[in-house]
Amino acid sequence: MNASTSSNKSAGRGRRASKPAVYEASPEELLKFYRDMLLVRRFEEKAGQMYGMGLIGGFCHLYIGQEAVCVGVQSALKDGDAVITGYREHGHMMAAGCDPKGVMAELTGRSGGCSRGKGGSMHMFDPAKGFYGGHGIVGAQVSLGTGLAFAAKYKKTDNVAVAYFGDGAANQGQVYESFNMARLWNLPVIYLIENNQYAMGTSVARASSEIELYRRGESFKIPGKQVDGMNVLAVRAAMDEAVAHCRAGKGPMILEMKTYRYRGHSMSDPAKYRTKDEVQKMRAERDPIEQLRELLLDGGHTDEAALKEMDKEVKALVADAAAFATESPEPDAAELYTDVLA
Amino acid sequence: MSDERTMVEALNLALREEMDRDDNVMVLGEDVGADGGIFRVTKGLIDDFGESRVMDTPLAEAGIVGVSVGMALAGLNPVAEMQFSGFSYFAFHQIEGHVARMRWRSRGRFTLPLVIRMPFGGGVRALEHHSESREAYFAHTPGLRTVIPSGPRNACTLLKAAIRSPDPVIFLEPKAAYRAFREEVPEGLDPAQLDKADIRRKGADITMISYGAMLRRTLEAAETLAEEDGVEAEVIDLPTLAPLDAETIGASVRRTGRAVVVTEAPLSFGPAGEIAARIAEEAFVYLEAPVNRVTGWDVPMPFFAREQSYLPDARRITNAARVTLAY
Ligand SMILES: Cc1ncc(C[n+]2csc(CCOP(=O)(O)OP(=O)(O)O)c2C)c(N)n1
Ligand SMILES: [Mg+2]
Repeated sequence: MNASTSSNKSAGRGRRASKPAVYEASPEELLKFYRDMLLVRRFEEKAGQMYGMGLIGGFCHLYIGQEAVCVGVQSALKDGDAVITGYREHGHMMAAGCDPKGVMAELTGRSGGCSRGKGGSMHMFDPAKGFYGGHGIVGAQVSLGTGLAFAAKYKKTDNVAVAYFGDGAANQGQVYESFNMARLWNLPVIYLIENNQYAMGTSVARASSEIELYRRGESFKIPGKQVDGMNVLAVRAAMDEAVAHCRAGKGPMILEMKTYRYRGHSMSDPAKYRTKDEVQKMRAERDPIEQLRELLLDGGHTDEAALKEMDKEVKALVADAAAFATESPEPDAAELYTDVLA
Repeated sequence: MSDERTMVEALNLALREEMDRDDNVMVLGEDVGADGGIFRVTKGLIDDFGESRVMDTPLAEAGIVGVSVGMALAGLNPVAEMQFSGFSYFAFHQIEGHVARMRWRSRGRFTLPLVIRMPFGGGVRALEHHSESREAYFAHTPGLRTVIPSGPRNACTLLKAAIRSPDPVIFLEPKAAYRAFREEVPEGLDPAQLDKADIRRKGADITMISYGAMLRRTLEAAETLAEEDGVEAEVIDLPTLAPLDAETIGASVRRTGRAVVVTEAPLSFGPAGEIAARIAEEAFVYLEAPVNRVTGWDVPMPFFAREQSYLPDARRITNAARVTLAY
């Protein structure tokens, strides 16, 4: 199960995870992880359908396959911690407890959206939940997240900031400018790399001279760890360690989550860069929700009927969000001029 | 293959023919190879010219442009792609600090035969960063040529000219025109002449000036004026925005005495303001009315539901022309 064995270009070097640490979850926690991941998936499936119906403009980057990452990460955070990410952020928002209605209505560009229909799928915020967006410029959020951590330290809190970014974003120069500052100033930031193995149509191996992305901080003296991002318990365990590291004032840490997106990059994706078999194999063997489902059933923590019931509930929640996002009116033209300057 | 091509296909043809002509011409950018580019402008090039001339780069705009500068310094002819103009700002320090100044700073000993292609503009229901018109950043920067095709045919001939130009060219492609219509674009067309405005419709009553995706809306407005008002508008396209062909514009306005400038870029400090100032210089005593500007509003490009409220449409352009005519 440990993803650190699956890629081997630079095997044997550096600080790879020695053995896969797994979080010891109570049955209640396991069920919560399951439900949270299910919500992300059902939400995204619905978003995909709504896009197909022409209700969502522009782009729509689905998170399906990567659910264990955002759910495991968020579960390790506390009030006051900050999260910032890129444009594939619907899942992070569900995990942070943002209202599915506001998120779905933002995708449809309606006035009930969490950015009042001004941001669209890539640009959503929820200050009350410590969610600092939703950003369309790949890699830029890494610097912003570093600044969030700076503020946490300056204000003498023990809060941390999580800056999520992809394997593609990991090649932007300002990621490294940020790494240097974060370590220089010992900022409580967790650089959370979601390595889903592709940046649009370009695989990690075709874009990165060092494919073990958790090692990207070595010359800045930032410790890094590679984690099985398809296993929510492994994600949580790694996060516990990183959060403790940050809260103890030891500075930044890099977590590389090896994960996988099942759907296309956005909604129109020629998908020539990988085979259907590759996707199918991931789904069949590594699916984060299926893995946890087996664990729950094998451990006798629940039964099929209860899980079915849970799925029904989650689907109802998502259906409500979809209805809201369809009925909420389009923003008024006068909104063009609001919030340009204070 | 028929010679009717979309702008995407016409650009692809230009790249292909230029790469055939000269081994030093090469293409680099995010997903330009295996994927054929985010809008498929570079489709198939990797199969025909190989990975050494069609390079999928890492996601790193500053690096893409910086490396291209070095390549061009050493005599290569790179055509770099930014996936959207909104992402080019990561590379802006390279564009402003090196691309634009190398010839000047090296006293002409170096010149950069480099093209940076980027789709720009709205009208495709995208989000901010993916819809904006910030051509003023480039046009305002001395040392750059800013070229903006308005249709498939001039897209092909302008891109060839841009590639052959010894100067760096910022090549802005109006994505609303990428697939909206086809034109006759046969193989083997000669490159266009840069720096020339293009009179697209003759008329004696009013001059309408535009470029990019707004040109079609301006032409549409001109037809409405002819049908409904019996007014003949002269319509000028600016395939090269900078340096600006003020002479052609001035000569036209000296004939018509009235001018409307149409851009989707926001109003303040934008291209329309510069064009209006040039008209004042070239044709002040001939003017019968103030120069009218029809532009995007001074706000970030809005959410897709309101995108068309931002963009000038034929009705807004027609009304502005009527106001100018009645002045
Ligand atoms: C600065 C910038 N360059 C390019 C893009 C276009 N783009 C959007 S997503 C993407 C790929 C990003 O891949 P990765 O970081 O691996 O994230 P993933 O999509 O896999 O979640 C690209 C090239 C952008 N939005 N911003
Ligand atoms: Mg990726």
